Amino acid sequence: MALNRKIAYIDLSTGDIEIKPIPLEVRKKFLGGRGLDAYLLLNHTEKGCDPLGPGNALIISAGILTATCASATARAHFMAKSPLTNLLGSANMGGFFAPELAWAGFHHLVIKGKAEKPVYIWIHNGEIEIRDAGQIWGKTTTDTQWAIRDELGDEDIKSAVIGPAGENLVTFANIMTGIKNSAGRTGMGCVMGSKNLKAVAVRGTMDIEIAHPVEALEYNKQFIDQITSAKVNQTQGTLGTPFIWGATNSWGGVRTRNFQYNQCEDADDIEPERIDEVCEETMGPYHMTGCFACQVHCRAQYKVPSGPLAGKYDEGPEYTSLGAFGGEPDCKNAETVFAGNHLVDQYGVDNLEIGSMISWAMELYELGILTNKDTDGLDLKFGNDEALLEMVERICFRKGWLGDTLADGGLPAAEKIGKNSFDYLIQVKGMNNLHSDERGTPALALNIATASRGSDHLRSRPAIDLYHLPEKVLRKIYSNPIPYDGPLSSEHTDYEGKAWEVYWQENCYMAVDCLGICKYHTVFLGATLPNFEDWPKVLYYNTGLEMSPEEIWDIAERCNNLERLFNLREGLKRDDLKKGDTLNHRYFDEPCRRGAPDIIGMSIDRKKFNKMLDEFYEHHNWDKNGVPTPKTLKRLGLDQEPSHLV
Amino acid sequence: MEKVLMINYQKCTGCRLCELVCSVMHDGVSNPARSRIKVMKWEAEGLYVPMSCQQCEDAPCMNVCPVKAISRDEDLGFLTVDYDICIGCRSCVAVCPFGAMNYNIIDKKVFKCDLCGGDPQCVRFCEVKAIEYVDADRVSNYKKKDAAERLSAAQKEGAALQAAM
Ligand code: SF4
Ligand code: SF4
Ligand code: SF4
Repeated sequence: MALNRKIAYIDLSTGDIEIKPIPLEVRKKFLGGRGLDAYLLLNHTEKGCDPLGPGNALIISAGILTATCASATARAHFMAKSPLTNLLGSANMGGFFAPELAWAGFHHLVIKGKAEKPVYIWIHNGEIEIRDAGQIWGKTTTDTQWAIRDELGDEDIKSAVIGPAGENLVTFANIMTGIKNSAGRTGMGCVMGSKNLKAVAVRGTMDIEIAHPVEALEYNKQFIDQITSAKVNQTQGTLGTPFIWGATNSWGGVRTRNFQYNQCEDADDIEPERIDEVCEETMGPYHMTGCFACQVHCRAQYKVPSGPLAGKYDEGPEYTSLGAFGGEPDCKNAETVFAGNHLVDQYGVDNLEIGSMISWAMELYELGILTNKDTDGLDLKFGNDEALLEMVERICFRKGWLGDTLADGGLPAAEKIGKNSFDYLIQVKGMNNLHSDERGTPALALNIATASRGSDHLRSRPAIDLYHLPEKVLRKIYSNPIPYDGPLSSEHTDYEGKAWEVYWQENCYMAVDCLGICKYHTVFLGATLPNFEDWPKVLYYNTGLEMSPEEIWDIAERCNNLERLFNLREGLKRDDLKKGDTLNHRYFDEPCRRGAPDIIGMSIDRKKFNKMLDEFYEHHNWDKNGVPTPKTLKRLGLDQEPSHLV
Repeated sequence: MEKVLMINYQKCTGCRLCELVCSVMHDGVSNPARSRIKVMKWEAEGLYVPMSCQQCEDAPCMNVCPVKAISRDEDLGFLTVDYDICIGCRSCVAVCPFGAMNYNIIDKKVFKCDLCGGDPQCVRFCEVKAIEYVDADRVSNYKKKDAAERLSAAQKEGAALQAAM
């Protein structure tokens, strides 16, 4: 049964391991995955703890549906206090790690302390062992995984690992599994590195009983048909996420030259069709792959087509690599995108953050805030492909003054560089924004400003806001499972009603992250995809848990409030430019210079933005400062936190 | 007409949904260790090959079985293990040239693909059609067509190259 999967508490300082069941009352309050992670994090860390100290807890989990007979439940979630933002650290990845963790008997791992020497954790059918990692320390992400398989003599082992970036405590190092799957954001790999933890290796052959197998199988088929019949997923399944970058660029919604422009011109060589061509040329006509049990298969396979890395196999490049190594630094060569994507995958670093950091440095260099002395002679101009890739190396290995400085993350780097460098850092809560431009889309701007892990599109983005859906359709989606009769607008440049959309999406994505489902299988890019009304059946057939759409909504809201409580505990303040729910001044002061007629000239209206933020808090029943009121906490059963149920 | 699984590994995305639904269909649990089909992977090269029983004509597993526990289903043509007779000696596992006869340590039993009694779930769920359920005598025809397509595409490309020179 999914419900009999356990929590393991692992202390790397003492070597103590404790294994406990997850009580049903806990499941009913937080389900699992990201939601229960948030509860564990709040309960197992002290206020103000050092993100890189032994007191920080790294929490690793599978969703409650992971590896059951439901579609695309491959997601693993990671949480800790973030060394990048000093607030909530939270990242999610697909692949085959989370299902293996569930087959090995576990849903949550709470890892504290710090090992004296490099170690890895080996989890096998209910048993846990801490093993020496002296031989694998220093290896790339893939070599680490293959070395563990060799050492333990089992090719089916799945590992979540760090690469050199995590070892070198780059604050935005990620955790990876397989070739490409990454828990990318907020530096979870850096936390692993700080604990001397190179990998968590899992292997399991324990049954997960399906509560109602016949129904689960039939419903899964229906679910998959619903998912694969959505046009957006068919395109994802052939072109992958580069298609989103291409489409967004064509109307002027991507960042270029560190947010100076909102459209990358003459980008033919990195358009999705061109990327697809290279994948086909190097891997043949069937070159899409995906995560466990997923029928969207959004990831392309490729070999680097030319240059020094020619012939290297990898997967992607996805939206973010196109932004990081194409649009944002204004390097418009497919070869650079493929090579950059390969480097970040091998070194284990967040492509989004590193791409943004380098582009920020490029603007600072062009403005004279960074000089040749700072770059050790590197001509760090926009459009310099070699300098871009060289900086990836320097950051991941902390080489030179600039590499070392940027590896600390945006806020500390801005302090070290000084002058007015901070003004050019396109961040929220200390984390850089996705390579997209939200100046023409207030709903999306509110989303990144309020996302719990810092600037981010996967926490609450109402992406369907861009589709100009008829109000009737919007109302059907956004007034379920709880009623809403306030304003809604089909116009993406409006401010009216957008706070509700962001609030609704926030709960929708939290629910998905608790269940362990991929976001391409809910109302993210497609309006017809499953949401609250569909999940009770999947949950019931697979786990036996009976829950109404409203109850799942409540759980999601409860878990979002937990994340809020954590952030408030660690110093979040509404208007704080470094720790708040607000945006870089460029969003308000610099209008878009390129793009379609409805984008050009657009910027965010500060007054309207603040009103939208007020509304967002009101929907949450938070006060004017974004703090949950005692009444709200009581309603959600969070008035006694930390309550130490598990 | 006897039908068989036809696997085109090039189409396989490596998702392992087939393994999942196979174990749910037969045992009511999710556990690839119980699946009759297994996707062999060379992850470092992006190569995935689903492997299952070939329902051999002169089946080594059937021939080797010392107690004659393996027989052919009259209607659908697949080979099946009679657990009332099977003594669990695993000779069939040793002799199968494809590794398609499995042994699971949970119930201590050999097990193999039974085409889900005529409605193979792996086929039903594999959207990319890496596994299909086709008449046994049509397999080579599909393969011919595939190969012919590749050949003509190559010829067209060659002609285009020549024209461009
Ligand atoms: S849609 Fe893509 S990311 Fe999501 S589960 Fe499928 S392959 Fe993985
Ligand atoms: S379901 Fe199809 S694509 Fe997925 S692993 Fe099985 S054969 Fe391959
Ligand atoms: S189990 Fe092996 S030997 Fe027996 S029929 Fe299948 S492929 Fe042939």
